[in-house]
Amino acid sequence: MRAILVVLVLAAPAYAADMPAGASSCSGCHAESTKAQSPVPPLRGRTDIAEAMRAFRSGDRPGTVMDRVAKGFSDSETAAIAAWFAAQKAAR
Amino acid sequence: MKTTRRLFLGGATAALALPAHAQSAAKVVVVGGGFAGATAARFLRRENPKLHVTLVEPNATFIACPFSNEVLVGLRELSAQQFRYDALKREGIQIVQQAATAIDADTRTVTLSDKTVLSYDRLILAPGIDLDWKALPGYDEAAAQRMPHAWKAGEQTTLLRRQLEAMQDGGTVVISAPPNPFRCPPGPYERASLIAWYLKTKKPRSKLIVLDAKDQFSKQRLFTAAWKQLYPDNLEWVSLSQGGKVTSVDPSTNTFTTEFGAHKADVGNVIPPQRAGRIAELAGATDRTGWCPIDPVTFESRLHKNIHVVGDAAIAGAMPKSAFAANAQAKICAAAVAKLLRGETPAEPRPINTCYSLVAPDYGISIAGVYHPVNGLLADVEGAGGISPVDAPAQTRKAEADYAAAWFRTITGEVFG
Repeated sequence: MRAILVVLVLAAPAYAADMPAGASSCSGCHAESTKAQSPVPPLRGRTDIAEAMRAFRSGDRPGTVMDRVAKGFSDSETAAIAAWFAAQKAAR
Repeated sequence: MKTTRRLFLGGATAALALPAHAQSAAKVVVVGGGFAGATAARFLRRENPKLHVTLVEPNATFIACPFSNEVLVGLRELSAQQFRYDALKREGIQIVQQAATAIDADTRTVTLSDKTVLSYDRLILAPGIDLDWKALPGYDEAAAQRMPHAWKAGEQTTLLRRQLEAMQDGGTVVISAPPNPFRCPPGPYERASLIAWYLKTKKPRSKLIVLDAKDQFSKQRLFTAAWKQLYPDNLEWVSLSQGGKVTSVDPSTNTFTTEFGAHKADVGNVIPPQRAGRIAELAGATDRTGWCPIDPVTFESRLHKNIHVVGDAAIAGAMPKSAFAANAQAKICAAAVAKLLRGETPAEPRPINTCYSLVAPDYGISIAGVYHPVNGLLADVEGAGGISPVDAPAQTRKAEADYAAAWFRTITGEVFG
């Protein structure tokens, strides 16, 4: 029994871990798979999200909608989202 | 798992060992297979693969509304709007192709059109909108065959497209835009833009009049600036204060009557007032506005325990009734329901909305918002969100049109692919 439970827990997708507030909305535009035809990059496995969000928020980096979305999150909230995506397996 | 237990403990003991509310046995029924419902079903299983998830949806094929305005003017075919539930089935979601006809919040059951009764631990209602056939004198289901609404994509989209195609050059198209709240706040104005583009390019002596029950609308500055630039001779918007509110229609003559006069159309498109899908009312989840009040953290109904409402039917405060919002809400609701079934407390969400509209084929505009719960409603996060710049160069407009198309591919992939 215990062995089976452990296997189940390991096999569960990363979604089972709590996503920080805001993070679940991202996949509306940022596809989880790189197979999707989109100019919008996938986020899983990336380590530069906090920096990008800071640049969007300050206006250093022009965005189409990300300049407006980034302003809805503080540095610490952004850091939590960035850490969550960085911990995911990179999109394929 | 169950087999193992039975081998060890035997059937009767196993039933005692597994209380009815144990998460392995928890049943969630989702009513409605649009952007909200299909997302909820899928993400419930990702949150907890052991949940029994049943999706109740009478149609085998979903027809998406976003981009259906392109279909109206021949820039896209309806087939590009159609999605099936095969991927959801493969993930272990039970798809029941029936309509829900009754919901009993006390016994926690859903009755289907074939009289089957489904029981649930938690119910997620995602019924979308119903057109309010009693709100506009003269406009009922029969009238919609002559004056299409095309506000639920499908046959109505095709009907309005055929009427536009059949219209002689020099004709008049009239759109009536509804009062708030309604599905897709910028939708009537994107439609007006694309029909004006069609008239300008195909039938340049024709004219489009938008009769509006409002003085303000979504992305107004962007639309107004684009109309002035692109369609000065083809498009006229009549606001509420200019007498734009339609008080009745006559389908026998294609006439729109306002407080100030009457407009006879060659093609008449009535976007009528709306309310939450009927099953929400039958469940007792609607208030006197016709929409569903919800808790902004869990999307649980304020009127019935264990019933959650997501998407267009919900009163989501500042969040608009958009496909993006429906998808974002459903992901939050699925996570909350999985937590509640484990006896945990969901954290405060921070949903986002992004919405693009096309003003012409290579001319896109957008609005975005970030929301958080304030005093029991989802409110705008101050300083975030807003519309794209009014004075943006053509390459930005082209980029926004490309982003719009990419968004549709991505979100339909997440929900149905």
